[in-house]
Amino acid sequence: MKWTTGLVVAAMLGFSALTGCSGGQADGQGGGEPAGAATASGPAAAEGGTFAVITHAGSGDAFWDVVKNGAEAAGRRYGVTVSYQGDGDPARQSQLVDQAVSQKADGVVVSMANPDALKESVEKAVAAGIPVITINSGGDRSREFGAITHVGQSEEVAGRGAGEKLKAEGVSKLLCVIHEAGNVGLDQRCNGATAGLGGTVERLQVDVGNLADATSKIKARLQSDTSLNGVLTLNPAVAVAARDAIADGGSTAKLGTFDLSADVVTAIKDGEILFAVDQQQYLQGWLPITFLTLYKDNLNTVGGGLPVNTGPGFVTKDNAEQVAKLAESGTR
Amino acid sequence: MTVADERLARIGVARRLLIRPELGAVVGAVVVFAFFASQSATFRSVEGVANWLDPASTLGIMAVAIALLMIGGEFDLSAGALTGTTGLIMVILATRYGLSIWAAMLVALVAALLIGFVNGLIVVRTKLPSFIVTLGTFLMLQGINLGVTKALTGTVQVSGLRRAEGYEEARALFAGTIPVGGTDFRVAILWWAGVTALATWVLTRTRAGNWIFAVGGDDQAARAVGVPAERTKIALFMTTAVAAWMVGSIMALRFTSVQANSGIGQEFVYIIAAVIGGCLLTGGYGSAVGAAIGAVIFGMADKGIVFAGWDADWFTFFLGAMLLLATLANRFVRRYAEEVRH
Repeated sequence: MKWTTGLVVAAMLGFSALTGCSGGQADGQGGGEPAGAATASGPAAAEGGTFAVITHAGSGDAFWDVVKNGAEAAGRRYGVTVSYQGDGDPARQSQLVDQAVSQKADGVVVSMANPDALKESVEKAVAAGIPVITINSGGDRSREFGAITHVGQSEEVAGRGAGEKLKAEGVSKLLCVIHEAGNVGLDQRCNGATAGLGGTVERLQVDVGNLADATSKIKARLQSDTSLNGVLTLNPAVAVAARDAIADGGSTAKLGTFDLSADVVTAIKDGEILFAVDQQQYLQGWLPITFLTLYKDNLNTVGGGLPVNTGPGFVTKDNAEQVAKLAESGTR
Repeated sequence: MTVADERLARIGVARRLLIRPELGAVVGAVVVFAFFASQSATFRSVEGVANWLDPASTLGIMAVAIALLMIGGEFDLSAGALTGTTGLIMVILATRYGLSIWAAMLVALVAALLIGFVNGLIVVRTKLPSFIVTLGTFLMLQGINLGVTKALTGTVQVSGLRRAEGYEEARALFAGTIPVGGTDFRVAILWWAGVTALATWVLTRTRAGNWIFAVGGDDQAARAVGVPAERTKIALFMTTAVAAWMVGSIMALRFTSVQANSGIGQEFVYIIAAVIGGCLLTGGYGSAVGAAIGAVIFGMADKGIVFAGWDADWFTFFLGAMLLLATLANRFVRRYAEEVRH
């Protein structure tokens, strides 16, 4: 059994080394929070509270990173522990919510791109006496599931705003680029844009995980139908891909996008992108932590049963300069 | 040496235990459990166990079926997308066309069997690697899932299953919970146990089990001694498809909605679980119990990382490291076991 014993020891050492590594990372990002404090089960959690933020986005998404930054910054400000998890698969996302319940979190923040799939888990959290705040998507079902409030923007309203703005720029035939196959919110934005534009809106499906392919798809579509004189992207990375596609393909289509990144802001300054619909997602991380802290300490609820809107705001050439600095630091 | 022979050799109890393909997985599972149990009290609580058995159950059902197929020497990359396809068929039929849940499930099952049959038939008739054939099926299913769903419903997820006839009963049977010690355990865990037991019985106690090991170990030799190799392989693809149907139904009934992209990417997780569980990528070796334990390891690592409160940015790194370590443990134990045998 020498092999086995040696291996078990090696494995344990390896695991310990990994934990050490993770602790160091948490220190760097969490501003001196001890790694152990992130474990909800420990007594350390009782001091300020432990809040779980569970979104429908995988890691490494620029948009959601800002939400995460907002939540973590609020956690530092109020001296509470914030754990951020994300998974695009609704089944796994609901399991993360179940897990937060079993860890007896003091509050749960959840984005509901697929409300039906999360219904059971959210209701379970509510039944367990854990306050739930929904963010970003699923605002129309939030109250029904027993959440204390919803923080986000109405996709339909934001889409309509984008459509109206494009119409004012003379766009009559629009390409609406969808980058996540399973996300209802994106469909709603395109629906809103259709209403706002009052012209033809075609949809194009691309994969946000493969931007090179997205670029060539958009380019091909613009080249094959030159009457398309506008493009609306729903993600900042796809916006940059669309900008390149328009430039490469020699198209004159006007481009608008949802959400910001440093690249998008630069492109707006340079006049390559007309505007970005800004839902100020930093607030979608920050506000729920604020609200949950207020609820925990003072039983306050915010919004009076109506969603708290974080947008839409528009970033255009006029205000791009100021926003640029903030986008670079990951708060816009 | 051909692995199929090993079951015929006369060996002592200790050695017989050591050459079990799942031994490495058992060791890995113990290590992973001990590690996370030391990191989080919730992880080792009844609630925690219910929590990580939840993802392990549906993964386990698939991993066991994939393990059988891998022992038979083939892969199925379309299995993940097929869980989405079967779920979508069921939900669309039940919500848009007013079928009862049971009828909708039956249609989905027939569709799954058909897809499994076609996968198997193409593989045995063309002799193309199943990796390529099922990759083709995977891509086609992915396209169908999105295209058909959007065409029929105008959106990318179908919901509203709750209103369908027979929903409550079907949900209780496939996606309900059973309270044990004050905690709700998923009923899918029982299905998983049942599937594992059935697969183990088939593999070790029936003629079909011998055929599976034989076609995976040496296809030509198996044919030469009269094993119906084609039928065995087609049946294995159909078995995998039935498992995908089962998991697709469980998911759809539990969440009452299915996304057009659901299940995509999971096919690799199934294979990973089977490999952790002792299946060889080359076929002819492995066990159903091992694959089930592989699913447990995956479930524990997956949820344990969250329980331990590690930064989610590092999530996949830990998952990868964990899988690598578990697989290495497996390999060392197997090598040791094989040394013992000679």
